[in-house]
Amino acid sequence: MTTREYTRISQGTVYDPANGIDGEVRDLWILDGRIVEAPADPSIRPVRDIDAAGLVVMPGGVDMHCHIAGPKVNVARKMRPEDKRRSEVLHRTSNTHSGTMGAVPSTFATGYKYAGLGYTTAFDAAVPPLGARHAHEEFEDTPCIDKGFYVLMGNNHFVMQSIQNNEYEKLKGFMGWLLAATKAYAPKLVNPGGVEVWKSRQGGNVSGLDELVEHFNVTPRQIISNVTKAANELRLPHPVHIHCNNLGMPGNWETTMQTMQALEGHRGHITHIQFHSYGGGDADETTFNSKTVQLADYVNSHPNVTVDVGQVLFGETTSMTGDGPLGYFLSNVYGGKWFSSDTEMESGCGITPIKYKNKSLVHALQWAIGLEWYLLVNDPWRVVMSTDHPNGGSFLAYPQIIRLLMDRTWRQDVLNTCHPLVRERGVLKDLDRQYTLNDIAIITRAGPARILGLPNKGHLGPGADADITIYTPNENYETMFELPRMVIKSGRIIVEQGEIRDPLIGKTLNVQPDYDREVEPHIQEWFEKYYSIRWRNYPVDESYLHESEVVPTKE
Amino acid sequence: MSAPAVQSEVIPELKIVQDATCTFCGCVCDDIDLSVKDNHIVEAKRACVLGKAWFLNHTLDDRPSCLIDGRPASLEEGYDRAARILTNGKYPVIYGLSDSPCEAQRVAVSIADWIGGIIDTTTSVCHGPSGMAFQGVGEVTCSLGEVANRGDLIIFWGSNPAESHPRHFTRYSLMPKGMFVPNGRKDRTCVIIDVRKTKSAKAADIFIPIKPRADFEALWTLRALARGIELDAQQVLSDTGVELSVWQDLMARMKAAKFGVFFFGMGLTMTRGKHANTEALLALTRDMNAHTRFVSKPNRGHGNVTGADNVVSWRTGYPFGVNHARGYPRFNPGEYTTTDTLARREADCAMMIACDPMANFSQSAREHLASIPYIALDTKDTPTTRAAAVAFNVATYGINTGGTVYRMDDVPIPLRPAFDSPHPGDFEVLTAIEDRVKKILGINA
Ligand code: SF4
Ligand SMILES: [Zn+2]
Repeated sequence: MTTREYTRISQGTVYDPANGIDGEVRDLWILDGRIVEAPADPSIRPVRDIDAAGLVVMPGGVDMHCHIAGPKVNVARKMRPEDKRRSEVLHRTSNTHSGTMGAVPSTFATGYKYAGLGYTTAFDAAVPPLGARHAHEEFEDTPCIDKGFYVLMGNNHFVMQSIQNNEYEKLKGFMGWLLAATKAYAPKLVNPGGVEVWKSRQGGNVSGLDELVEHFNVTPRQIISNVTKAANELRLPHPVHIHCNNLGMPGNWETTMQTMQALEGHRGHITHIQFHSYGGGDADETTFNSKTVQLADYVNSHPNVTVDVGQVLFGETTSMTGDGPLGYFLSNVYGGKWFSSDTEMESGCGITPIKYKNKSLVHALQWAIGLEWYLLVNDPWRVVMSTDHPNGGSFLAYPQIIRLLMDRTWRQDVLNTCHPLVRERGVLKDLDRQYTLNDIAIITRAGPARILGLPNKGHLGPGADADITIYTPNENYETMFELPRMVIKSGRIIVEQGEIRDPLIGKTLNVQPDYDREVEPHIQEWFEKYYSIRWRNYPVDESYLHESEVVPTKE
Repeated sequence: MSAPAVQSEVIPELKIVQDATCTFCGCVCDDIDLSVKDNHIVEAKRACVLGKAWFLNHTLDDRPSCLIDGRPASLEEGYDRAARILTNGKYPVIYGLSDSPCEAQRVAVSIADWIGGIIDTTTSVCHGPSGMAFQGVGEVTCSLGEVANRGDLIIFWGSNPAESHPRHFTRYSLMPKGMFVPNGRKDRTCVIIDVRKTKSAKAADIFIPIKPRADFEALWTLRALARGIELDAQQVLSDTGVELSVWQDLMARMKAAKFGVFFFGMGLTMTRGKHANTEALLALTRDMNAHTRFVSKPNRGHGNVTGADNVVSWRTGYPFGVNHARGYPRFNPGEYTTTDTLARREADCAMMIACDPMANFSQSAREHLASIPYIALDTKDTPTTRAAAVAFNVATYGINTGGTVYRMDDVPIPLRPAFDSPHPGDFEVLTAIEDRVKKILGINA
């Protein structure tokens, strides 16, 4: 006898790479929002039975790097009404809010569109601590998905000052405190040191890992090594997420290589690595080329390193970054409107509209380099699908990337429409690897969940969150992945064939690491000297977390 | 056992609220220590004259929380009537929001979405032009702490913070001893550009009195000088009312500064040229970044107008004047902004939240508003609440209710209320109205 309300997904072809299941026909049982073992008592019937025969079943997608909430995302929305006016709109319905799209969708639209694509978890990659409260407020208005953010630390004065003074324990305590105070998920480094130089002088930046950051007398290398080590010692589920120095610059691959070396064997994630894999020099287009082979080689032989790609798609978008000097550079290249905002003690930010053209050698190479990355990293568990939404393109382009990876004929066809020199400057034309559905399940959900240290995401074993996407198979993988048959979140059917059914809010994922509380008076003393808000009003309290889950630190 | 009689003489306890936030102006000072005695704030440490008046004059009144057609009514009746008015209209307008916490603003946007109405904020009548200029050229800006820590040339243009933002100088822009300006005021040069010698001008090292309505010409003069273009001295003097040499001196200082800051006010945004003025200033700021670091910031007024901009933007994609009539957000300033829809007699019902259009809109807009049923939420009795079909007398945010407020540099700050009010807050009233609106329209989001 039971009153427990089971749901069963029957006879779907299940791809659950984390549990070694590669396309087996199985039943999945769900209870109270979680996946459970099939009940031992055969007389127990599910309250709801979802017939998935002939359909493909995967865990819900996990986007580990996008820009969907917080101060700069919101500025990017309001800065470009012309982009919104010519884009799709979302009509209000009896169970959903209206919204606008464009490169940066409004909050509700973001949640609905992610869910519609079969994604049930997403992480904003760059929130200044002072804007953490803002990001949490937007999260509450971003339905259907679980979400979290990485908090900017790479140009934080306290971080640099602790390193300068050889106060490693203070650095570590500070990182723990900052994560807890902002209810963030992971530390983020963006152009470590370089943003501070930008804030202090005209056109400022650092050009390499060993250049001194004025006033603080620390190098990017020191910031990377110390923060990475401390993050690993804090046993964070996702220790550190790194946007390297010199993004977009010809010849930057060496900086990227040195950054991976600066991890000193500790776990670290290099993000949108496509933008950091360029040969050539002196901002000279004629020498611009791909260095993915050398970098992927390093990744293949160093299991402490993981990457996401930051794929570029052709078309117009809005670039937004915590990398202030990069925003300045891009605005000068494209000549459009430019937003820049520096946050006291913490970070910078740049926003500008950009356009990727397939006939441009640089843009086409960026596109090809992204694909090379997926195809050159041998272990799919260590390379993750991303467009750095909206920087390389929208998250809505994921199905297109899937098709490019699974269908080499089409990939070569698209390559042939690009600037002809791309074939010589990279290796894409020579790569005939094709992704399988299992590989796709890894790079879009199982892999990022593991890299993020999320024990209940990205798999379908007992105990996992019942976040599940069901697809209708199709020869054209773009078609298959762009319109899931059904999306289930926390055991509830939230989307059917693109229609929102049950737009739950979703929860905020954050960490509360143990750290040495002795450091707090030191932080407070520094804080009160320089910040424009009060120490007591800085931490984000629980009331801002509508629903939340503290993800445990590593054993 | 003896019952001491003296106990009946209860001495009201003194409650201290540390680091409370003042929402009276865009400075949103969050360092106020309030002493509260018997539902009364007796001291507001560190607040300026305006802030002190805001806190100390706040008394609980025994007016009814709700009036329907001027007669006391229960809140429930008020909510029902409000929901019926809003759902019966074909062209509803929801306006105000700049003195409500973000939590309430979010509910207001939801209501506008459900009823297919316009959501608009007081931005459309004060800094709307800066919003549009920003959409034209972008903006180079920073948080106020950056100004405090780095700013060595501070220029106020058409802004009089000594009167409008009294603690601006001491907290953010002139006096603080910052990381890179350790001697505070001594390390900074302050320039004031205005058509008259305001109270703020006294604080300036340099005061540049320009000709009224010549902001645009003055800004373009500076843009030209920034690029090294030669100008005709006679022409500049007649265009701007200021000698060319004065502008040249200013440009030399701007280029020599390490971190220059423009603060601009309604003297720039609401005079002839409006958004062209702001656009010129934002463009000049951008130009200056080819020489040094330079930023600009609007000195915004009302407590949480910046929060309203943010909330409306994240929910709809546009900052103010958003029309939901077609079931999705559309943006067209001048068309969907409240003064315009009222003056054109299009709106057929309205909800006015923490604003007083009956006192400060154009006559044609006021006349039309008086002719349609509308709801008003305010902490006090105003011309707008008096003519409302349903008026809610609400608790005061930051004093009686909590929530979040965005400072004029987009930094969100929490509120620490001092004591309860017998009246509901904006959030409570709007949520109750939203519940009823949803029920009437069959919405289950
Ligand atoms: S400056 Fe403004 S916010 Fe600060 S105390 Fe005065 S009125 Fe209040
Ligand atoms: Zn990014």
